[in-house]
Amino acid sequence: MKASAFSYARATSVVNALELLVAHGDKAKVLSGGQSLMPAMNLRLISPELIVDIGEIAELRGIAVRGDVLCIGALTRHVDLLRSPEIAAYVPLLKEAVAHVAHPAIRNRGTLGGSLAHADPASELPACMVALNATIIVRGQAGERRIAAENFFTGIYETALSAQELLISVELPVAQKNSRHFFHEFARRHGDYALVGLAAQAIVEGDVFADLRMAFFAVGDRPVLAKAAKKLVNVALTPAVLSDASTALGEEIDPQEDHQASASMRRHLAKVLLRRCTSELLGRPDLSARGPV
Amino acid sequence: MTASMEISLDVNGERVEAHVLPRLNLADFLREHLKLTGTHVGCEHGVCGACTVRVNGEIVRSCLMLAVQTHGASVETIEGLSDSGEIADLQAAFRDRNALQCGFCTPAMLMAAQDLLKQHADPDREQIREHLSGNYCRCTGYQAIIDAVETTARLRMGHQP
Repeated sequence: MKASAFSYARATSVVNALELLVAHGDKAKVLSGGQSLMPAMNLRLISPELIVDIGEIAELRGIAVRGDVLCIGALTRHVDLLRSPEIAAYVPLLKEAVAHVAHPAIRNRGTLGGSLAHADPASELPACMVALNATIIVRGQAGERRIAAENFFTGIYETALSAQELLISVELPVAQKNSRHFFHEFARRHGDYALVGLAAQAIVEGDVFADLRMAFFAVGDRPVLAKAAKKLVNVALTPAVLSDASTALGEEIDPQEDHQASASMRRHLAKVLLRRCTSELLGRPDLSARGPV
Repeated sequence: MTASMEISLDVNGERVEAHVLPRLNLADFLREHLKLTGTHVGCEHGVCGACTVRVNGEIVRSCLMLAVQTHGASVETIEGLSDSGEIADLQAAFRDRNALQCGFCTPAMLMAAQDLLKQHADPDREQIREHLSGNYCRCTGYQAIIDAVETTARLRMGHQP
């Protein structure tokens, strides 16, 4: 189908974009890379009256390291993340995850800010932000708000961003030298949305997790920072400890059922990922041995 | 502002000036305004990849881009790549390997394959599959297409296919 008629404004600056958003409220929609917005408009799932195209706002682009924080502008595209030496060095989880996002032609247009503001619960980057303990920076006419990624995603396609605010950038803590990461998703085909996925960031001291943030995606209405991961921190990992965490994960998540997978299949796959992640990050193949999950 | 807007862009090296409605996507602009019908329209929501074109040298989905967003840009379609001879060898390999299948995806397959070969002179079959994975349409198989791309890569490297 074709998008219904709308007006179009090319914002010249963040200030200009905010003026337009304040004037038009939720009748306006921000166009970034358009790789989620345009399909939704073509399918007539949404019909905004005004499109505010922020694609030309140069101040929203770019990747910069400031001390132990990596700052990524909202308009930074997936392909930029994939090719950036800073991303590869400081937040390798993100590089690994982006390779799973759709296909080259989509990654050439899709942006980080667009993906986060769209907040599809099955998409990779929101979960990475939660795993990486990112701060999401949004700006309105009253000023800036800094929102922890954990609190930013509030439901299916819902975020803490108001219709009068613009997502400006994200800040990520730079990976420490004993940091490790894990990313895996199950999908029908490479590039499809995940049936279940896991983005995890850990600090490993010796053979113990000093910290472990596991963000599951496509298992609920938003990325889920698994509380069950706490059971794996600061303990000597045994199959019994892992089983305990796995059971806790199964109780904690409430996956949806759809044409791709049942809720119980998603719960099972999430447990498989928990096991694989733990085994891989600690270099303990014995823990991935097939057992009750 | 729902009125038409003026855009000026390069299409296959030629300057194009036009008035378009904001809702018009690039694929429809190319096909209906410029009669460049080699760019195909399949799903219209970014899944099938049949509408792939190059904008400023990078492949994109033309159904997921508005014509007004291409103001000032350089757009290349399959007609441009074909007429310039840039992909003559790739087209020949598709013919030789009978890699057309139903033919609907072919222009965009050529676009995506050329994009890969520009970035990786010597891709393995897995890399070819991954790069073309955004162009799976309604047929199945695609093996002959992988063969054709692999053959072209080898010939460009100066090897026997």
